[in-house]
Amino acid sequence: MLLIRCPYCEEERPELEFRNAGEAHIARSANISGESDDDFEKFFFIRSNPKGIIYERWRHMHGCARFFNAVRDTVTDKFVMTYKAGEPKPSKLPGVAK
Amino acid sequence: MSGALRISGAGRLSQAKTARFSFDGQSYTGIEGDTLASALLANGVHLVGRSFKYHRPRGILSAGAEEPNALVQIVRDDARKTPNVRATVQELYDGLAANSQNRWPSLSFDVSAVNDLASPLFSAGFYYKTFMWPKAAWKSLYEPKIREAAGLGVSPDKPDPDHYSSRYAHCDVLVLGGGAAGIAAALAAAETGARVILADEQAEFGGSLRFESGAKIDGQDGFAWAQAAIARLRAMDNVRVLPRTTAFGYYAQNFVGLVERVSDHLKAPGHDLPRERLWQVRAKRVVLASGAIERHMVFANNDRPGIMLAGAARTFLNHYGVAVGRNVGVYTANDSAYAAAIDLKKAGVNVAAIVDLRDNPTGPVIDEARALGIEINFGRAVIRAGGKLRVSSMTVQPKNGGGERTVPVDAILMSAGWTPSVHLFSQSRGKVAFNDETKRFVPGTYAQDCISVGACNGTDGLSATVDEAYAAGAKAAKDAGAKTAKGTKPKVDASESWSRGMLGAAPGAGPDTTVKAFVDFQNDVTAKDIRQAVHEGMRSIEHVKRFTTNGMATDQGKTSNMHGLAIAAETLGKPIPEVGLTTFRAPYTPVTFGAIVSHARGPLFDPTRKTAIHPWAEAQGAVFEDVGQWKRAWYFPKAGEDMHAAVDRECVAVRNQAGLFDASTLGKIEVVGPDAAKFMELLYTNPWEKLELGRCRYGIMLREDGFIYDDGVVGRLAPDRFHVTTTTGGAPRVMNHMEDYLQTEFPHLNVWLTSITEQWAVIAVQGPKSRDIIAPLVEGIDMSDEALPHMSVREGKICGVPTRLFRMSFTGERGFEVNVPADYGQAVWEALWAEGQKHDATAYGTEAMHVLRAEKGYIIVGQDTDGTVTPNDAGLDWAVGKKKVDFVGIRGMARPDLVAKGRKQLVGLKTKDPKVVLEEGAQIVEDPKQAIPMKMIGHVTSSYWSQNCGRSIALALVAGGRDRMGDTLYVPMPNGVIEVEVTGMVFFDETGGRLNG
Repeated sequence: MLLIRCPYCEEERPELEFRNAGEAHIARSANISGESDDDFEKFFFIRSNPKGIIYERWRHMHGCARFFNAVRDTVTDKFVMTYKAGEPKPSKLPGVAK
Repeated sequence: MSGALRISGAGRLSQAKTARFSFDGQSYTGIEGDTLASALLANGVHLVGRSFKYHRPRGILSAGAEEPNALVQIVRDDARKTPNVRATVQELYDGLAANSQNRWPSLSFDVSAVNDLASPLFSAGFYYKTFMWPKAAWKSLYEPKIREAAGLGVSPDKPDPDHYSSRYAHCDVLVLGGGAAGIAAALAAAETGARVILADEQAEFGGSLRFESGAKIDGQDGFAWAQAAIARLRAMDNVRVLPRTTAFGYYAQNFVGLVERVSDHLKAPGHDLPRERLWQVRAKRVVLASGAIERHMVFANNDRPGIMLAGAARTFLNHYGVAVGRNVGVYTANDSAYAAAIDLKKAGVNVAAIVDLRDNPTGPVIDEARALGIEINFGRAVIRAGGKLRVSSMTVQPKNGGGERTVPVDAILMSAGWTPSVHLFSQSRGKVAFNDETKRFVPGTYAQDCISVGACNGTDGLSATVDEAYAAGAKAAKDAGAKTAKGTKPKVDASESWSRGMLGAAPGAGPDTTVKAFVDFQNDVTAKDIRQAVHEGMRSIEHVKRFTTNGMATDQGKTSNMHGLAIAAETLGKPIPEVGLTTFRAPYTPVTFGAIVSHARGPLFDPTRKTAIHPWAEAQGAVFEDVGQWKRAWYFPKAGEDMHAAVDRECVAVRNQAGLFDASTLGKIEVVGPDAAKFMELLYTNPWEKLELGRCRYGIMLREDGFIYDDGVVGRLAPDRFHVTTTTGGAPRVMNHMEDYLQTEFPHLNVWLTSITEQWAVIAVQGPKSRDIIAPLVEGIDMSDEALPHMSVREGKICGVPTRLFRMSFTGERGFEVNVPADYGQAVWEALWAEGQKHDATAYGTEAMHVLRAEKGYIIVGQDTDGTVTPNDAGLDWAVGKKKVDFVGIRGMARPDLVAKGRKQLVGLKTKDPKVVLEEGAQIVEDPKQAIPMKMIGHVTSSYWSQNCGRSIALALVAGGRDRMGDTLYVPMPNGVIEVEVTGMVFFDETGGRLNG
């Protein structure tokens, strides 16, 4: 069972308290009804599914109930960092060589 | 003396404490502290089981968890019959009853042993080859026969009467393995004050100190030192010592699963004790001290009872005081078997000969054996063992061929060397590295915060092991944040040391032979089988494993994997690391389901939710159904009524008088805040800004893809306050969906969401008499149609308690839903029920609710929709705000496929024969005479007998359904084709006049 740091509670808590909520940093258009079919397809259906670093959303379901973002390595299953919803995608990751 | 082979003065058990036990119905006497294996050996019993495939007689190979052969069934009572218990692990208690497995009619005469003679039929991969033809025989003949013959032991056929417990624990340093290495590491860590857990699978700590008679630490015998050290550790507040505890799984971030066998060793476990306890430990650092496992020699008939690992024979002698034979032979490729020969010889057992594959080894143990007068043969091999139910001889030959000599023996001790136990290290995702010099896989690259010490790290010798482990324990504690150690390192005064050995088949079992030289005892895999797998094209060790089943049995190849790998590598002509090692997976040894499930079974398997009105319904004899975790009253049968009669009566009563229905399980969410209406606009298809105070609206929620996600009636209590209802099953996900958008997409909105499902009990009162029933109990609410029209909500009091009184209907009748604080739910229900009795009202359940709503064509999300239905498909276009520019799903709903013609649309169906009730889920076709497979154009989503309509009614999703009104379609069923007519969805009171009736 993974330990996940909730950036709101500022604590590492067991995975059981959390729910994954899919890939992060996919913005919903402010003018969504005006989007082309292609743009909507990209927004709604297309996900990166990387081998390695993924940016994803988690919710501290059985804790503070907040959604936040996490950086995880899909190969090692290790969390690199977590940060609050709305904060920009981190440009530098601790301990990850690019 | 308990057993003829018990050696007076040998071992550590007190001869005074005897224990009676039985094996296959025969009574024996052992000693407390024995394992079943040592007690059987003390009585001269080596034959304990039959092998899996060939039904060959098998004996006890080892003295520990790696045992592949000695699997028995322990029978405590009618319900407690545990199969596949390793006799080498099961502690003896007075009255223990064990049976052998995999034999019929008896262990010494087993009919299926004919498989051994027919073994050419059962070579590697025989399952895949033998049972191919004829195809039809698979189902009728092969599979049933194979299933009958396969499997080990017999499962108990009654529910498990034992209970199990489960604990979480955190520590700084978790030490796995309680031999010299583990104890030294635990001492070093504990002396810093760090929180330490030390676990070992055995009843007593000490590991190989149990048999290493040459070990001296801090001036004491090694095993005595271990007991003193454990006593010190137990006395420390910061240390938890767990004997009989196996670490079976190493998971992410130093999360380790351990299972503690609490009471399997007790004569009469009290019910206050669990049988087993699952420990889920999160450790800052883990020290792996899991030791090494001795390998057997691979030669012809090496599986005969009486042939065992040299280290095991030493354990039986030095710990249990049992000689495994009176005239033993030794076959080895390394030094450690010499120590066994020496110990046995000193105990008065005749050692017929040591046969050593090595040419001219030297060392103190060899000198000592020679000094004791034991015959030593270098450069020679045991090419076969004689005997059947018990080994009777070994045939010796120079390893490069030459004259044979047969030596009579009643036991053979063998050692091909020691394999480091890297199982847990490998499970931690660490990568093993092959040491070409010592021919061992040892821990290479670490993936987690752990460290291997001692034999599992390939460290040879007690002195080096204790040094390494003590340093590692101190470092682990320091890395976990503890202070520097103040203790003193144990001093090793005398130790034994050996290494090397051989991998693969010994001479006499080489590629040119067809002998049965077993690599994997439990799955009956021979050296020949492995070579054959390679010859038939298996290149990867993972393929060889699956084709031969080498290493796949309950022992997971603890003794066999390295031999199998070496033979495959030799046959492939490749170095071992290029062929690779199969993956080690949890569990290390089998874990019971009981330990994993613990208390989560029966009523505690899943939480049960009951409404405030549940006790009343129960007292009325309601039949309940499960809706998610909720128990809901399904129907209320009167004496003599079946479900059908009860539902018919309830449905008619609601339409003629009135009915009371417990709707408390409906999901309820309060949406509050200055931007509440804006938020509702974005989450639902409907317009909300202009909804008047005190009015309600039926809302539809979509996912972003444009499909219906949930629905429910929403009341506006204040400009900034909405009372939202959801489906019973949908409440949690609707709340999650709302929170997701509020927190991440629309965080600028000033809105708070609160689940109020359990705060409000909901009593639906429906029917022409509903107002008459409620009105006398209500204060402060004008109940007239003008003041409280259909789809409105008022706050006031009922029976003196606060209420949110909704005028709404899920039946098509005049109706109300009375929300009261849950604590008053049953009292208000009882008051309404008493009023209802004056008007012949009835209580109705979920089945009548379903029928009544279907009569009106009201949909149920999740039954009439399935996640691929748009509002238009469901005929709900009217509920989508046409002027809105944004809501969740607005763009998805406009996708080309979702606006295309010919989509499945929700319609009504009437069977041509009104008495026939369709099956929900039944498929619909246009032409019943077309060839199979027919083109299916839709399916039935809801179907009931409607007593109010005097006929059956159904809803269905049908391609282009709204253009087919009046058409005849067909529902092919196993007993014939049912003709149906496509109709509108409303079957009763089409004008809706009864809402105000």
